[in-house]
Amino acid sequence: MQTFGQQLINGLSLGSIYALLALGYTMVYGIIKLINFAHGDIYMLGAFWGYYSINYFHFNFILALLSAMLVCAVIGVVIEYFAYRPLRHSARITALITAIGVSFLLENGMSYLVGANARSFPQAIQVVTYHWLGLRISNVQILILGTACLLMVLLEVIIKKTKMGKAMRAVSVDPEAAQLVGINLNHTISFTFALGSAMAGAAGVLIGLYYNSIDPLMGMTPGIKAFVAAVIGGIGSVPGASVGGFIIGILETAVQAVGLSAYKDAVVYFVLIVILLVLPAGIFGKNVKEKV
Amino acid sequence: MKANLKSNLAWLGVMVLGFVVIDACEFAGLINTFIENMLVTIGINVILAVGLNLIIGFAGQFSLGHAGFMAIGAYATGIMTQTMATPAGFYLSMVVGMVIAVIAAVIVGIPTLRLRGDYLAIATMGAAEIIRILINNLKITNGAAGLFNIPALASWVTVYVLMCLTTIVTVNFIHSRGGRAVMAVREDEIAAGAMGINTTRWKLAAFIFGAATAAIGGSLHAAYIQTIAPGDFNIMASIAILIIVVLGGVGSVTGTFVAALVLGALDTILQNFGTVRMIIYSLALILIMIFKPAGLLGSWEFSFKRLFNRKVKGVAEHE
Repeated sequence: MQTFGQQLINGLSLGSIYALLALGYTMVYGIIKLINFAHGDIYMLGAFWGYYSINYFHFNFILALLSAMLVCAVIGVVIEYFAYRPLRHSARITALITAIGVSFLLENGMSYLVGANARSFPQAIQVVTYHWLGLRISNVQILILGTACLLMVLLEVIIKKTKMGKAMRAVSVDPEAAQLVGINLNHTISFTFALGSAMAGAAGVLIGLYYNSIDPLMGMTPGIKAFVAAVIGGIGSVPGASVGGFIIGILETAVQAVGLSAYKDAVVYFVLIVILLVLPAGIFGKNVKEKV
Repeated sequence: MKANLKSNLAWLGVMVLGFVVIDACEFAGLINTFIENMLVTIGINVILAVGLNLIIGFAGQFSLGHAGFMAIGAYATGIMTQTMATPAGFYLSMVVGMVIAVIAAVIVGIPTLRLRGDYLAIATMGAAEIIRILINNLKITNGAAGLFNIPALASWVTVYVLMCLTTIVTVNFIHSRGGRAVMAVREDEIAAGAMGINTTRWKLAAFIFGAATAAIGGSLHAAYIQTIAPGDFNIMASIAILIIVVLGGVGSVTGTFVAALVLGALDTILQNFGTVRMIIYSLALILIMIFKPAGLLGSWEFSFKRLFNRKVKGVAEHE
């Protein structure tokens, strides 16, 4: 029971990182039907911004987190403007390859600029471990979970209550009709990229704090896992992405806990395939009926 | 047969000519090991990409797991030729690899081909990763270290001949009744079903066909490079094949050849640039996609038959 509780805590911390990343995937996919392969690399850029801002500008944690979100939001918008906007009306597979190209560019550009070696993330927060009912929880874990939940609630509020959120939902249902009622398509898509990239930036700083090590290729695997999380939750659905992220995080730690860490990724993909076979549109996905 | 005789002969001529040119260059010492390596890589990439183009371009099924089937072929050869280091052993291992890849494709394909678009892509990617992780953890495949000192049983000649063979078979499949069924499924699955085409069966057929060619490619890769590790067959390897297909033009076999040549040459030229190499490569990829969204050739296909027909027509009009 104790190990179970402990693993649950570890799984939730990891899962909240995946959930934050998955939110970006799911929002972008929902609005322009693009698998944004570069999303994991924006998370890497967030981590590096955190590293430099804490080390050189002596930012505290909150400031580093907020500035990373801002910087990543700008980067996300710039990428969308230059790489994805010209391809909005071409085949989706073309945009996908461009996204892969952007991902390569960010990874190799960063490797070129800062070197490919892993570096240790500065400890912006003194790690304190609390013991409670035999469970170990560090303040970093609480912080990750808390920040992630706060951001998810904030996002839900933005999407459900604000005018821009309403525009986002309208565009994801029908871009042409949304334009007819006076919604600016370009602004809405830019805003979506900004929101998603900000979430990724926050996740980057949090993972730096949690794992202590960052490198230019760190975004590759979590990016793909987060995309799997978004698909499991039902791509395009915001609560689905959060749930999917937590499922992947908990599953991964659980497989590691039973001593099968070599097969951890295989189990994740197997569960993905099984879920897709039972629920072809993911857990929260809408099953669109086909019309002839 | 008679009607296509002229264009078939022309194609045969092109293939023989290509062989003679490479052979002459090799004989004249114009091709060093470095260039030969590039040519063989291009050949193997063509085999892999033509198979993937059949799945994506002609059957319209978005598969992101091609490297998984390639791994099966590579490991079949790597393991079997260690005890049977003869050309016969190599071809036997290639057949065994194809059979295993076909079985794997059936197991993966029957359930997942019901999915659509991006869901299918992600499911096939997951399946390929499962194959890779299994290889990474099995004893017979020597785990993460991989296999080395695989007997060198494939030369550029083997690769060239097999490249021509797989392309001929694939193109003939595309022009057959089956190929038309597969393309009908791509255009409209419901309409194809209403016309009496068993959509699941033809989607699966294209998928299996692609998997078998991927196994051939993997087998050649193992026998030529002589070292394989599970890391060679990760998601990035699948994506590299996908890039060739999309860059050449989805649904164009000619385009696949052009893209494999362009990318292979680009890669070789950029070798001298050191660390900036991948930056230039990725920028080139983004720019080509933005300015040529349908790929280098779109869905255009080079055809001798059309060329001859046009000539005949032109002559007739003159008279």
